[in-house]
Amino acid sequence: MQTVPYWGDVVTGWLTGLGLPEGWALFIAYVVGAGILITYAMLSALLLIWITRKVVSRIQDRIGPNRVGPYGLVQTVADALKLLSKEQISPAYADPAAYNLAPILSVAGTLMVLAVIPFAPGLIGVDLNVGALYIVALGSIGIMAALMAGWGSHNKYALLAGFRVVAQLLSYEIPMVLSILTVVFLTGTMRMQAIAEFQALRIFGFNLGLGWLGILMPASMLIFFISSLAEAELTPFDLLEAESELIAGFHIEYSGMKFAMFFLAQFVNSWILGAILATLFLGGWQGPLVDQIPILGLVYFMAKAYGIYLVQQWIRGTFPRVRIDQLMYFAWKVLVPGMVILLMYQAIVQKLPVALGIQYLLVFLGNIALIGVVGVVLKRYFEQEKIRTKRSFSPRTLVGTMQPAPEGAD
Amino acid sequence: MVPLSWYLILAAFLFTCGLFGALARRNAIAVLMGIELMLNAANINLVAFWRYSGAVTDLAGQVFALFIIAVAAAEAAVGLALIIAVYRKRKTVNVEELDLLAG
Amino acid sequence: MPIEIPIPTVTQVIFLVMALFTAACGLMVVISRNLFHSALFLVGALFGVAAIFVLLEAEFLAVGQVLVYIGAIATLIVFAIMLTRGMMRGRTSPMNHVSGRGALGALVFFVALLAFLKKVPWPEQAQAIPVDESLIAGLGDKFVTTYVVAFEAVGLLLMVALIGAVMLARDR
Repeated sequence: MQTVPYWGDVVTGWLTGLGLPEGWALFIAYVVGAGILITYAMLSALLLIWITRKVVSRIQDRIGPNRVGPYGLVQTVADALKLLSKEQISPAYADPAAYNLAPILSVAGTLMVLAVIPFAPGLIGVDLNVGALYIVALGSIGIMAALMAGWGSHNKYALLAGFRVVAQLLSYEIPMVLSILTVVFLTGTMRMQAIAEFQALRIFGFNLGLGWLGILMPASMLIFFISSLAEAELTPFDLLEAESELIAGFHIEYSGMKFAMFFLAQFVNSWILGAILATLFLGGWQGPLVDQIPILGLVYFMAKAYGIYLVQQWIRGTFPRVRIDQLMYFAWKVLVPGMVILLMYQAIVQKLPVALGIQYLLVFLGNIALIGVVGVVLKRYFEQEKIRTKRSFSPRTLVGTMQPAPEGAD
Repeated sequence: MVPLSWYLILAAFLFTCGLFGALARRNAIAVLMGIELMLNAANINLVAFWRYSGAVTDLAGQVFALFIIAVAAAEAAVGLALIIAVYRKRKTVNVEELDLLAG
Repeated sequence: MPIEIPIPTVTQVIFLVMALFTAACGLMVVISRNLFHSALFLVGALFGVAAIFVLLEAEFLAVGQVLVYIGAIATLIVFAIMLTRGMMRGRTSPMNHVSGRGALGALVFFVALLAFLKKVPWPEQAQAIPVDESLIAGLGDKFVTTYVVAFEAVGLLLMVALIGAVMLARDR
């Protein structure tokens, strides 16, 4: 197996070869790397928005954008130009510092995550030794941005939406952290590149690249996916887009370019969360023949990340939206206790004096059991909910408003 | 390398800011923010001393800093809960008006 | 590793920029008239301290700082400010009646600290640090061996603080 050198070392070596001092060479290499990553994110946002519009319109039996460019591919550019040329309107009593900083922070917090995503062997912004934790920490910048936007707009609906979003993000951060922790427990590292490398499956020295942790820990993966939907404010947790019911969200007072920045952050964020899911649970750049042809890793990684993005859009096109109390109920009474129990179980299993294979089998069984329990809890919740809605909408209660329906009737 | 004294000067300045905030601000939440600044200054010192000490693998400075972060979280939670409870009763968070115990 | 920059000038320039940013934010926290702006400057200062931790090659602590301070404490503070909104308008002075004496005391304290700093010959150079994950593993190891009692005590403290905060802030 050939080892692929880290891109930073290659570029720095080349620059020092040109006669630059080593410190400056490293500095320039990182600045250039960051520039490439940001450019990639901006360009991919155009594609992501196009994918969303096309997929959702096909699900809803529409055609979607098809006028500007082939298959409407350039539609997003036209929309961006329109947003750019709009007048910059800000509310009269807005807090200028908070109001103007919020969109920038929102985008910055999203783009900074890109630094620790392993695109291919040797191709990662920085292979931080706390990479997995770094991703979680940057989520708090998005929370601050939402609070600043809500407060800075000087609009009570924006403020309420800011509170709502912060509650949602904080609540779903916890199951997300716990599911990342299960991966860290198993791999024994927080380095993203090492987590990807862990998921190789070698048979007689040949790397199949199919030792995906998602197969071993389906419950962790599912809970990470659900939490990532909530973190990215996607359906079924997209209370931000409930314009008619909830006056949209904290960005209600934003227009033009500042709104576009929130929009961009949201799309890039959902792709990044998908990419993290791919890295943690679907092997990242692992795949057959990746040891022989390292660049194949980039293809595998992109295929997985965009595949998850497609699943997110599929959910967006088909799922109804949850209520805020259901959202909180699900996070605090289902996901958090379930994940805590799973984590403790896994910690105990990994310390059992048995072979590694049996440990993995026990972890897998524990995951299956958790999925079963969560399924039963949700089923019971929905049955109760069905009875409740039936009762409140039943013709008897509507017609005979003078005499409310007797208890237990439906 | 950056000399250790630079870190210490920064920490001293942050601590002084926090001290001034805790002593001189009228709003109880601002007082709490001053305290957080002081705790952060102490953390900078702890980590800097750890980094420049002979025993890097000993990690005592980092461990202490982590404990301080945890205690600061507990302090902020209880402190802010107290401030909100007081605000509900007295409709003020001005530390000058909270003088029921001052005979 | 982003901070393994051997040429001194680059590290020193980065340190100076971050230190100035942190110090300016720290000062603005205590003198800003608008409490919400104070909280935003506090976030800036906390972020600056995280950057200082990165310069000191304590990445785990830096990430923990962002996670706990900005993600939890700063958010709590902003929530508290919004819930006690009546005090927000800066019509009156943000300082209390002992602010003059407070400023004097803080200044004397700062000068005394600097005088003390001058007296001690502080080290100029730090040793090289292992670049692998052994330090983070060591940190976890310390928590369950040498400092296990303190670790459990902090766990208990956080639990008590959680319950206490809920009880105190509950609307009866």
